[in-house]
Amino acid sequence: MRVPIGWLAEYVDVPAGTSVEDLDAAFVRLGLEVEDIHRPEAVTGPLVVGRVLEIEELTGFKKPIRYCQVDVGEAEPRGIVCGARNFVVGDAVVVALPGAVLPGGFEIAARTTYDRVSDGMICSVRELGIGDDHAGILVLGADGADVPPPGTPAGSVTGLDDVVIELAITPDRGYCLSMRGIAREMGTGLGAPWRDPGAVTPPAWPGRPPWQVSVADPDRCDRFSMLAMEGLDPTAPSPWWMRRRLAQAGVRSISLAVDVTNYVMLELGQPMHAFDRDAVTGPITVRLAREGEKLTTLDGTVRKLSPDDLLITDDSGPIGLAAVMGGASTEIGDGTTAVLLEAAHWEPTGVARTARRHRLPSEAAKRFERGVDPEMTVAALARAAELLSEYGGARVVGGIVDIDTRGPRPSIALEAAKPGQVAGVPYPAAQVVELLQVVGCDVGAGAGPLAVTPPSWRPDLTDPADLVEEVVRLAGYDDVPSVLPTAPPGRGLTDVQRRRRSIGRTLAEAGYVEAPAYPFVGAPVFDALGLGEEDERRQVVLVRNPLSEEQPALRTTLLPGLLATLARNLSRGQRDVALFEHGAVFPGGNRTPAPVPGVDGRPDDETLAALLGAVPAQPWHVAVALAGNREPRGWWGPGRPAVWADAVQAARLVAAASGVELTVRAGERAPWHPGRCAELLVGDRVVGYAGELHPRVCAALELPARTSVMELDVDALPAAAVPHGPEVSSFPPVLLDLALVVRDDVPSADVAEALREGAGELLEDLRLFDVYTGAPVPTGSRSLAYALTLRAPDRTLTGEEATAVRDAAVAAAAARTGAELRG
Amino acid sequence: MGASVQSPGEETGNPGAGRGPRRAEWPPVSGANDPYDPKQVAALSPEALDDAVTAAQKAFAAAGDLEALAAVRPAHLGDRAPVLLARRELGALPPAARSDAGKRVNAARAAVTEAYAARLAELEAERDARVLAEERVDVTLPWDRTPRGARHPLTTLTERIADIFVGMGYEVADGPELEAEWLNFDALNIGRDHPARTMMDTLFIDPEDSGLVLRTHTSPVQARTMLERQPPIYVVGPGRVYRTDELDATHTPVFHQVEGLAVDRGLTMAHLRGTLDHLARSLFGADAITRWRPSYFPFTEPSAEFDVWFPEHRDGPRWVEWGGCGMVNPRVLVACGIDPEEYSGFAFGMGIERALQFRSGVGDMRDMVEGDVRFTTAFGVEQ
Repeated sequence: MRVPIGWLAEYVDVPAGTSVEDLDAAFVRLGLEVEDIHRPEAVTGPLVVGRVLEIEELTGFKKPIRYCQVDVGEAEPRGIVCGARNFVVGDAVVVALPGAVLPGGFEIAARTTYDRVSDGMICSVRELGIGDDHAGILVLGADGADVPPPGTPAGSVTGLDDVVIELAITPDRGYCLSMRGIAREMGTGLGAPWRDPGAVTPPAWPGRPPWQVSVADPDRCDRFSMLAMEGLDPTAPSPWWMRRRLAQAGVRSISLAVDVTNYVMLELGQPMHAFDRDAVTGPITVRLAREGEKLTTLDGTVRKLSPDDLLITDDSGPIGLAAVMGGASTEIGDGTTAVLLEAAHWEPTGVARTARRHRLPSEAAKRFERGVDPEMTVAALARAAELLSEYGGARVVGGIVDIDTRGPRPSIALEAAKPGQVAGVPYPAAQVVELLQVVGCDVGAGAGPLAVTPPSWRPDLTDPADLVEEVVRLAGYDDVPSVLPTAPPGRGLTDVQRRRRSIGRTLAEAGYVEAPAYPFVGAPVFDALGLGEEDERRQVVLVRNPLSEEQPALRTTLLPGLLATLARNLSRGQRDVALFEHGAVFPGGNRTPAPVPGVDGRPDDETLAALLGAVPAQPWHVAVALAGNREPRGWWGPGRPAVWADAVQAARLVAAASGVELTVRAGERAPWHPGRCAELLVGDRVVGYAGELHPRVCAALELPARTSVMELDVDALPAAAVPHGPEVSSFPPVLLDLALVVRDDVPSADVAEALREGAGELLEDLRLFDVYTGAPVPTGSRSLAYALTLRAPDRTLTGEEATAVRDAAVAAAAARTGAELRG
Repeated sequence: MGASVQSPGEETGNPGAGRGPRRAEWPPVSGANDPYDPKQVAALSPEALDDAVTAAQKAFAAAGDLEALAAVRPAHLGDRAPVLLARRELGALPPAARSDAGKRVNAARAAVTEAYAARLAELEAERDARVLAEERVDVTLPWDRTPRGARHPLTTLTERIADIFVGMGYEVADGPELEAEWLNFDALNIGRDHPARTMMDTLFIDPEDSGLVLRTHTSPVQARTMLERQPPIYVVGPGRVYRTDELDATHTPVFHQVEGLAVDRGLTMAHLRGTLDHLARSLFGADAITRWRPSYFPFTEPSAEFDVWFPEHRDGPRWVEWGGCGMVNPRVLVACGIDPEEYSGFAFGMGIERALQFRSGVGDMRDMVEGDVRFTTAFGVEQ
């Protein structure tokens, strides 16, 4: 809602000396968020009202030019050259005299142009910086119009001085989508006298209504008022002040009849519609649409109507989408001289449905959805009739139609102490009553709770809590003290939360940089990753209104986002990048729709279980991606490229941070290199994969060769057991090295496992310290060299014992993997 | 000297006693019981001893390094050194003479030993100085062989906020990003045709009747918590939320919030303010406080938006808009099965991106989104 301060001041006696900043602060205090303050660009120097006395048409130039004598309130008129032609002798215009500086730094000086001395400039709306209209100069009014005399400073006349405050109105404050509502709030906020522009006493229009109206659906329309007028001059322009205010409010000027309905809507908050009376055939009925009906709305769109859409109809069928937009067939045209003015009160949720269904968030629908004062229909008609009569020469024909089926508004029982209990501030009962009365409530006296009847313009006040808010808000939120409550003792973070933190910290400390990506993906990235048609990661959850049509699905794997971030970093000149992300993924698949129970109480257990069960599991994954060097080159020597093993090690770090043991075996899965893919297991359960990307994937995603990645399902990791403290022996260890020759298709993990089992309990540590191929190791085999640390908890091991352990380890390795001790 | 058990007394006694195997190598001593004047034994004469000491001191001083010193040591402190030979003569003296001569010998020996030790210390110090100087390195050389990683500042800031509440006794509640429409809207008093619902710019899930959305705020965590348990409830729910905004310098369609909820007997707006003030001080310094502006959220009544006084703002101390808050709307309590006559609650929510923006002076929201390692690394592992 854009509020021109000049307009507001018509209703509120803004105290002298109130600055725009004061108004800003007052709006904020009232809960009206100030989005923007539009200050017109300053015009400096003399800018006055002028009256055109003579026009001399100059010819012989490329375009017609006028040389005008303009009375600017001085002894002699001034001669001014002007290129526009939309004015006649006698018109009042705005003249910038030499010395004036218009917006954009345009300095006015007397100069010779088109062989004449131009002693000033007649201004257009755009030149004044108050609109975009450059079609012609600004005509304040014709001869005899109510315009200040020549020489009057034009700033206030044009509304040029007018600051416009743009407010964001929350959905509960429909009444603040009008100057009337803003004036009420501001009067209260500034503690200043104010007048209600809605306090209109409608004339007693005599006679029968010239038009028959019936409302078939009073649940959706509890008040419908209509007034007929004729004799409208279709060429009569809207007055400048009205056009100016509409422009300030962001509404385009169209014609007098339309401008008046818009103006009254802004003034009183009551949306209206004007039908061309001659285009309406037969009685008017307000009813729901029938299956198959269509309506061409004012915007020229043919709309298929739903049986839930409320219509205004005549004998020809629909002529308006109630509360949302009028129909084209009865639109006010260039020749319209007779109009039917309609002002009604529509049920908000029905309006919301229709507006949403037809994607028509019109100014009218916006107001009705948020609640309009049902008392305003007749006042609005009276105001519109007054304006059309004054500026368009129209007169009212017959009496008014006013179908009012509203019931009485129930009162709300409010304990006078309640606001104080909610706010933690002891408001005296008298203050509570007073503040509610300021809001406009009728507060019934008597024993027991207050019986509060909210005013007609506040449909949002339905519950005691709403009244509480009004009291606390008007008393001032600043009155609420600061008291820290004491929560019962908590248990700290859950194991799952601790684990997630631990994983993040571990990877960061290992040199990975966290890079959370948007979770949106499209099919092409699955193709690039080489996922098979049947791959479960292609089963996605789709967004109905995605941010981008290319990425309509939610991720089922972290890799697309992570690899995109990797590519972005590389494209920005990074060469060695190690990234990680952890977050939810969204597996697709068949689901049952989530129920939508009522809100009158807790859903029953069955419904609640169905509701919670319909929300798909969203497993927490962790992934890493590496390219370039894992360790940079430096004065110590060359860098160490990141390889598949770094990705596997990242998985081991994650497992260690999670307190679980990970085993690794060769695996095969897209998008990994089939020979360089590790399957990650906890027990028998596969929890993830790590290794080098398939070369085709690197090519498809334009990533460097050998880019390595890991992805692991953190939720699949079992809970960590409470660690048990080992017995730390203080006896000396026996250190042994041994080298085994095994076929090179035997995984080293199997050899290590066999050695461990063979060595038994005396083995404290086993470490692979060398892998060797080449002579004298036979082709097809490799030598694995291990360092063993043996130690007993209770004694110093003898040479014989150590030898026995070693022999047992070697024997086990030989039996299980065919390993031979290297001589 | 193989046996460490030998006592010093034995060493200073008559070396001739009980040292059979090595005795033959030693030179003969004067006869055991000859009645001679000790002054007549040349080796015990003060002059001889003085000469021996002087010779030793000269020799030690002349030794230019530790090797040379080691080389001259046997001649002056070895078994055959004059002062040690002199001592051996003592045994042959009559008891009356032994004491006098013994003092002289011991003094001479101590002088030689001291001269040796002094020179040794001197030479060792010289050597150490030389060697340590040779071993000097350039300690400014970099050793960043393992690159440093980082956690995203949104993550660490979220944790920091959660930890402040954990310190107040709150628990941290998690909720899904893909959420039931009922929990995201209806349960929070945002009915199907409520204008606030259309203003939420929701990403809806296919098909139309799925009843699922990408949550538009962390508030469904409130509903989940209240449906799960009875008061007293003190929880915070941090997480990622979604709106159909375009990504630009000040907006991102995917962002983070922290939701707070307390439901207990007798909670008031004063408690809400106390809680937010405590958070502000914990996060933004002792001078931080909050300011409220009346606002509207369907799930709280009264509702407010709150600003934080942030003294460290890069453009000078100022109020910064941060989040929304209010008293839980009794309608929400009812929908979640909590009796609003018995309990009241407050709720609040704030944007993490926003907090990061002003706390760390991040000008462009896109930097938080794009995953550029230069941005994230600046924040380290914790903040």
